[in-house]
Amino acid sequence: MEIHEYQAKELLTAFGVPVPKGGVAYSADQAVYRATEIGGLRWVVKAQIHAGARGKAGGIRLCSTDADVRQAVKELLGKTLVTAQTGPEGLPVHRVLVEQALPIDRELYVGLVLDRKRERIVVVAHPHGGMEIEEIAQREPAAILREVVEPAVGMQAFQARELGFGLGLAPPQVNQAATAILGAYQAFRELDATMVEINPLVVTKDGQVLALDVKMSFDDNAMFRRPNVAELRDYAQEDPREAEAAEHGLNYVALDGDIGCIINGAGLAMATMDMIKHAGGEPANFLDIGGGASPDRVAAAFRLVLSDKNVRAILVNVFAGINRCDWVAQGVVQAVREVRVPVPLVVRLAGTNVEEGRRILKESGLQIHTADTLSEAAERVVAARDAGLAA
Amino acid sequence: MSILLDEKTRVIVQGFTGDKGTFHAREMIAYGTNVVGGVTPGKGGSEHLGRPVFNTVKEAVESTGAAASLVLVPAPFCADAIMEAADAGIRLVVTITDGVPAQDMIRVKRYLWRYAKDRRTTLIGPNCAGVISAGRAMMGIMPGHIYTRGAVGVVTRSGTLGYEAASQMKALGVGITTSVGIGGDPINGSSFVDMLALFEQDPETKAVVMIGEIGGPQEADAAMFVKEQMTKPVIGYVAGLTAPKGRRMGHAGAIISAFGDTAAEKAEIMRSAGLTVAPSPAELGSTVAEALARQPSRPVMVER
Repeated sequence: MEIHEYQAKELLTAFGVPVPKGGVAYSADQAVYRATEIGGLRWVVKAQIHAGARGKAGGIRLCSTDADVRQAVKELLGKTLVTAQTGPEGLPVHRVLVEQALPIDRELYVGLVLDRKRERIVVVAHPHGGMEIEEIAQREPAAILREVVEPAVGMQAFQARELGFGLGLAPPQVNQAATAILGAYQAFRELDATMVEINPLVVTKDGQVLALDVKMSFDDNAMFRRPNVAELRDYAQEDPREAEAAEHGLNYVALDGDIGCIINGAGLAMATMDMIKHAGGEPANFLDIGGGASPDRVAAAFRLVLSDKNVRAILVNVFAGINRCDWVAQGVVQAVREVRVPVPLVVRLAGTNVEEGRRILKESGLQIHTADTLSEAAERVVAARDAGLAA
Repeated sequence: MSILLDEKTRVIVQGFTGDKGTFHAREMIAYGTNVVGGVTPGKGGSEHLGRPVFNTVKEAVESTGAAASLVLVPAPFCADAIMEAADAGIRLVVTITDGVPAQDMIRVKRYLWRYAKDRRTTLIGPNCAGVISAGRAMMGIMPGHIYTRGAVGVVTRSGTLGYEAASQMKALGVGITTSVGIGGDPINGSSFVDMLALFEQDPETKAVVMIGEIGGPQEADAAMFVKEQMTKPVIGYVAGLTAPKGRRMGHAGAIISAFGDTAAEKAEIMRSAGLTVAPSPAELGSTVAEALARQPSRPVMVER
């Protein structure tokens, strides 16, 4: 799960990470009020979306008068911001963050990640902030600093100091940076984050160390015990179909192709999509219906797949283990009767009670093409799509 | 022989009396698994499926001599259940539960390292289909009838894609020693490398199928292990050719976030390390059959 920059800053502040003075605004009036509250002579208005690279896309505005602030907010709120990270559809801007603008001396990179190879939390730092970490890793891999956290005792102060000195900071700033890094680590641990990125961590001209921009992602599996984080979820930043899928206990990811997929199991779903590609097609989505393929769930899956107007054919591939194929077939038949399916449908069933399952599909009287194997299923659905396009 | 599990292994089920525990324990018993009891805190002293129920794993081990445990407790309590089993001396813990927080897994793995190597617990999963030694015993939720006894080891991140492979192999008369689902999470109890090492030592296993997916460094590590330490042929596949970057494909661990995470990159690493990569997921079975046929010096025994 992702959250907005201003939310991440609020969370991190509670763990002692220093951030610039600022606050969220939902309207131009509120933004001007925020600027007055903050004081000073210059402010930054930052569009809040779940993606980076906002600066180059015009999502971050420097303002020196109330009128500037008002103008910036008017230009951002309600608009769709397209950045290098959003994809061509962009993301809607419904809130802005108004912050004091600060004279900056140095920009640094600090990121905390869950390292899958080491199976530890790793803190990564680099003396040149502002770039993406992938870019840093390519251009200056030797300058990357790393501290691996021992899970039994957690991150130690010396590790944070080592990073501070490694970044070339002067002693007073090393202490400030260490406080920020240790705070970010505490937040990572106690909120079940999977990533905390402070990019950049800045040193201002008057020697303060502040988290100028931050990004946090969280472990979906742990949100049951982090209700204060879970409630920060902003559905407006997500594909509405993916949000709807989650409500039905389905796992859906929208893609660019035209063959809808309904499959049980994430691995089999990916493999089926691979097969569609091999057969000359492009999948319109990833969709894992999970273990229990009840008629309700299958019907919800059909509705979801059909809500994508690019879909020209659908492939259902279920390897029934504990679910028997006859149950799955009944679910499919019931769902197809309930949801009108205006595109060709190919169903491949395998596993327990497969004969019975196939018989149910055949005797349903519905227009369902069946397939016995994975390759047959992929070829048939691609052929069905092509026939539909030719007609 | 097989790895991890056979018909003699004494197995308990944690979360024994719940719906899932009951259903799967019954299936496991029907398959021939030596289920000697189960644990549900608060229900100790009762009987379930004709086996004793205990309050703690320690009691279960003392009274039944259990050496393996299947964990079917809900995700919030999983880490606790695994550590309890490890502390009680259980040598093999198979965790089926999906949705265990990643930081719980970091803690669990650190905890397992407390014990000396000769009594350390092997953890399989979480978020996996389990372990089956074909025709002998199963600890998991897989449909047992799709596995025929034979000479090929299977290790897979995905449950259903593992079923697909097993049934393709069965259709071609190629049997399996043991099939292990290591799970779809970012941090697994056991890795591909851990399982490949066991298959390499198992005299009955003549070849291994390894089914990976996008995300994480495990497939590349395994490819290096195969190149440097294995004598047996390994057939690989990596699912997720069409997966876009940065999107989680169902499994918590199936996300392309770093260099080398894509299916194409991993398949190439496998190829360059000398693995035979199946050209498509529909050719898992046939690729294994061909690899076995290319090994005249090591005759393949297929029991029916």
